[in-house]
Amino acid sequence: MAPTVMPADSIMFNAPVKARASDVNVFYGAKQALMGINLDVPEHNVTSLIGPSGCGKTTFLRCFNRMNDIVDGCRVEGSITIDGVDIYARNQDVVQLRARVGMVFQKPNPFPKSIYENVAYGPRIHGMAANKRQMDEIVIESLTRAGLIDEVKDRLDSPGTGLSGGQQQRLCIARAIAVKPELILMDEPCSALDPIATAKIEELIDELRNNFTIMIVTHSMQQAARVSQRTAFFHMGELVETGLTEQIFTNPKDTRTQAYITGRIG
Amino acid sequence: MHSHWAPVDASSAGFARRRWKRALWERPLYLLLILSSLLAILTTIGIVLSLLFESIRFFEQVPLTDFLFGLEWSPQTALRADQVGSSGSFGAVPLFAGTLLISLIALVTAGPIGLFAAIFLSEYAGKKTRDVIKPLLEILAGVPTVVYGFFAALIVAPMLRDAGGFMGIGISSESALAAGLVMGIMIIPFVSSLSDDVITSVPNALREASYSLGATRSESISRVVLPAALPGIVSAMLLAASRAIGETMIVVMAAGLSANLTANPFAAVTTVTVQIVGLLTGDQEFDSPKTLAAFALGLVLFVVTLCLNITALRVVKKYREKYD
Amino acid sequence: MTDISRHANAGAADAMMRRRYRAEKRFRWYGISATATALLFLGAMLVSIVVIGHSAFSQTFIKLDIFFDPQILAVEGKIDPDSLRRADYSALVKTSLQETFPGVTGRREQRQLFALASRGAADKLRELVVEDPNLIGSKASLWLLSSDDVDLLVKGEISRETPEHERQLSDLQLEWADQLVAQNAAELRFNTAFFTTGDSREPETAGIFGAAAGSFYTLMVTLALSFPIGIMAALYLQEFAPKNRLTDIIEVNINNLAAVPSSVFGLLGLAVVLNFFQMPRSAPLVGGVVLALMTLPTIIIAARAAILAVPPSIREAALSVGASPMQTSLHHVIPLAAPGMLTGAIIGMAQALGETAPLLMIGMIAFIADVPESVMEPATVLPVQIFLWADNPERAFAAKTAAGIMVLLAFLISMNLIAVILRRQFERKW
Repeated sequence: MAPTVMPADSIMFNAPVKARASDVNVFYGAKQALMGINLDVPEHNVTSLIGPSGCGKTTFLRCFNRMNDIVDGCRVEGSITIDGVDIYARNQDVVQLRARVGMVFQKPNPFPKSIYENVAYGPRIHGMAANKRQMDEIVIESLTRAGLIDEVKDRLDSPGTGLSGGQQQRLCIARAIAVKPELILMDEPCSALDPIATAKIEELIDELRNNFTIMIVTHSMQQAARVSQRTAFFHMGELVETGLTEQIFTNPKDTRTQAYITGRIG
Repeated sequence: MHSHWAPVDASSAGFARRRWKRALWERPLYLLLILSSLLAILTTIGIVLSLLFESIRFFEQVPLTDFLFGLEWSPQTALRADQVGSSGSFGAVPLFAGTLLISLIALVTAGPIGLFAAIFLSEYAGKKTRDVIKPLLEILAGVPTVVYGFFAALIVAPMLRDAGGFMGIGISSESALAAGLVMGIMIIPFVSSLSDDVITSVPNALREASYSLGATRSESISRVVLPAALPGIVSAMLLAASRAIGETMIVVMAAGLSANLTANPFAAVTTVTVQIVGLLTGDQEFDSPKTLAAFALGLVLFVVTLCLNITALRVVKKYREKYD
Repeated sequence: MTDISRHANAGAADAMMRRRYRAEKRFRWYGISATATALLFLGAMLVSIVVIGHSAFSQTFIKLDIFFDPQILAVEGKIDPDSLRRADYSALVKTSLQETFPGVTGRREQRQLFALASRGAADKLRELVVEDPNLIGSKASLWLLSSDDVDLLVKGEISRETPEHERQLSDLQLEWADQLVAQNAAELRFNTAFFTTGDSREPETAGIFGAAAGSFYTLMVTLALSFPIGIMAALYLQEFAPKNRLTDIIEVNINNLAAVPSSVFGLLGLAVVLNFFQMPRSAPLVGGVVLALMTLPTIIIAARAAILAVPPSIREAALSVGASPMQTSLHHVIPLAAPGMLTGAIIGMAQALGETAPLLMIGMIAFIADVPESVMEPATVLPVQIFLWADNPERAFAAKTAAGIMVLLAFLISMNLIAVILRRQFERKW
């Protein structure tokens, strides 16, 4: 299988590369899920990963914080670097890596704890606050950035699971950014939400771009078009095409991309 | 000539006869099925009635308050029914205290071991290790209690007594510690398999969320998984406690009959179940308070374990509903 | 690396990571050691049982020259089949011992000498003579059971250093026993009697077979009651019962019944089966009834799971060709669920086989030397026999107890193995 090589300079205008995948292969047991993926993720951009279900986009996303490590029988080959450092290197500490790479999941998954404790969880295990006042600051700031503060400021002690779906997802985003990650991975963050909640999250993603680098897996082409600057199209474990979002949607080079965005496959 | 493919004539005589014949045996069978499933209720009613009936007869002779709050237990004094003061002493507090002491020792043993074994098996061990160790732990649950009793009385108790002698602590050869320890071993699998169930039913999404924030495995377990599984773990402990309180053979063989009111684990105590067996073995007049006392103790045992079981099952059910 | 730092300085961050990983290691170690402890307990229990019990499978026999003296065997001067049963066979043993050790004359010494042989030795001679009266008048060199104390000595369980008054064997007896061993007239042989006879007051002649037979009869009663009733109840609850309060109550009730302490079932048996229905005490029939009530919840729960595993498509297929619901159940559901039901029944029986406490209360605790031959005869069962032996202060019974446990565990293991094999054999993915 000839890997589709995407020269870094063809994607980028000027943003420096935050993360880079080079010739990444992923296997589940004997089955190969990803084949020779090369992708550059530019800083302070939203990069969306699209493609039909089962194409490997979520698997690829989970390589960036090594969440695949906890899946039995999963094997990752090739190299992924963040700021030029190989995160699959032998001496790489997974725990520290995950503190730098946040993740938001498909279904909102707040801990069965209070709203405050949900956000404080990460900072607490990493010892980021020396005292209660600092912790309060982190929690308030994270909730503010996640655009949730107005809705929850009077009930920080009530359980996070009592919020609406959209609020829960924003709580999960607040929880992720409280650890001050550099890269945030989002795995179809709106798939379980209604259109209004989705719009809020999309708005939030656009804002977060100023402080974080974001990768987002989405099954909705419209969403990719709305929130991302760059898009990578996956098909059957291959990275078919990647480039500026506008270019992918208006002028796809590959026939498979064309077929997908016009709705003939997927 | 009837073709095989002719439609069945539902009004024909043959069809009606077959249906009638079918009704003839299906009806009684159906009734039998209902009766069979009612037997479970009948058993419960039988238990409740026989315990209540005999207990009421007991409380006609011994006041309820004497039984529940009395500090002295010596049923042996009631030698003959016509003797003066034949009622003996039926203060059951030493038995309750002894039962609690031994059950507590058992839970203190089995609780941490069972819980941590469950954590290891569900969160750390690989599939192969789990497939080997889980059945081995379940063997502990399949070993008859009389075997534990033998182990407690003939091996653990003398060992503890000798160890105590060596260290200058007086440990009775029928110590609560020996019985409680061995009972703890017996209930390890109850704690571990139930905890394992509830821990594995904590949604993976919570674990992933915790890992994705850079938590280590132990941080994820102790700060996210265990708090989420807490109700299930509590009910596992309740069920284990109910087992411990109702367990008979280990204490009959290792704890003995001396009704001491003490919290000293090195001393000999007796339990409700030991006394039930003790009061009923050997030839006894069925109407003597001594025999009837066994039923009163049985009633207490039944009520207490039932309450523990019902609470535990409720908690588990609520917990399951939350995550299913 | 980045302008947003989580910590003021790298040293503090490193120290924190080290601490976190130490905590992680510690936690993991707790898990491993808890599991290991549990397995260690299991291992210690099984090993100690084997260590104590293995010696019970052999027994010391001593070789004695027996003269079947017609004078001794004659009762009131005559020898006939009836008198042969009542004759004093221990006198034959005593005479033989006397001849082997001619120097022993004093009454006390003689008594000590005679104590070398078991009472079982005389029983063995009676058995031989009753079977073949032609032996009378003949001489034979026979291997006969020694007493349990000699047995313990040969097995090395009596220390010669112990002062005489604390030892089971006197100095004289030690000397005689050593002499027998030196003449190759005392040796350990496989203890067949343990597997073929009933209980006895003497440890060297006590056997497990009576209890095994009692367990067999008891379990037959249990199986005959609980299996059909359990299946019918499961069938009703799973296939026919309307969803209403009553079935809810039955459900909750079955679950709770499964957790009722076994001694409460004993009380039920005592009050209802023995006193109300006036069934015979100590009989396997009563034990079986009580155990059936106890195992019923297990069997119902297993049978319901088996029925639930039969896919609805099978039922729909049968109903669609015009079978009645009852026919559907009997012709299709039950046959397909049978392996699962059988597995549940075996597991229930294994539970019942190990149950002790309720049987103590309904009088299956009596000393019974004869092997029972029906469900109405007084009997004991394996676990109760183990309990009785464990309670016996005589040292030789400790080995018997452990050996009895080994027999019980062997039965349990084979029953569970059968259940596992059944499950594997018939496991079906729909």
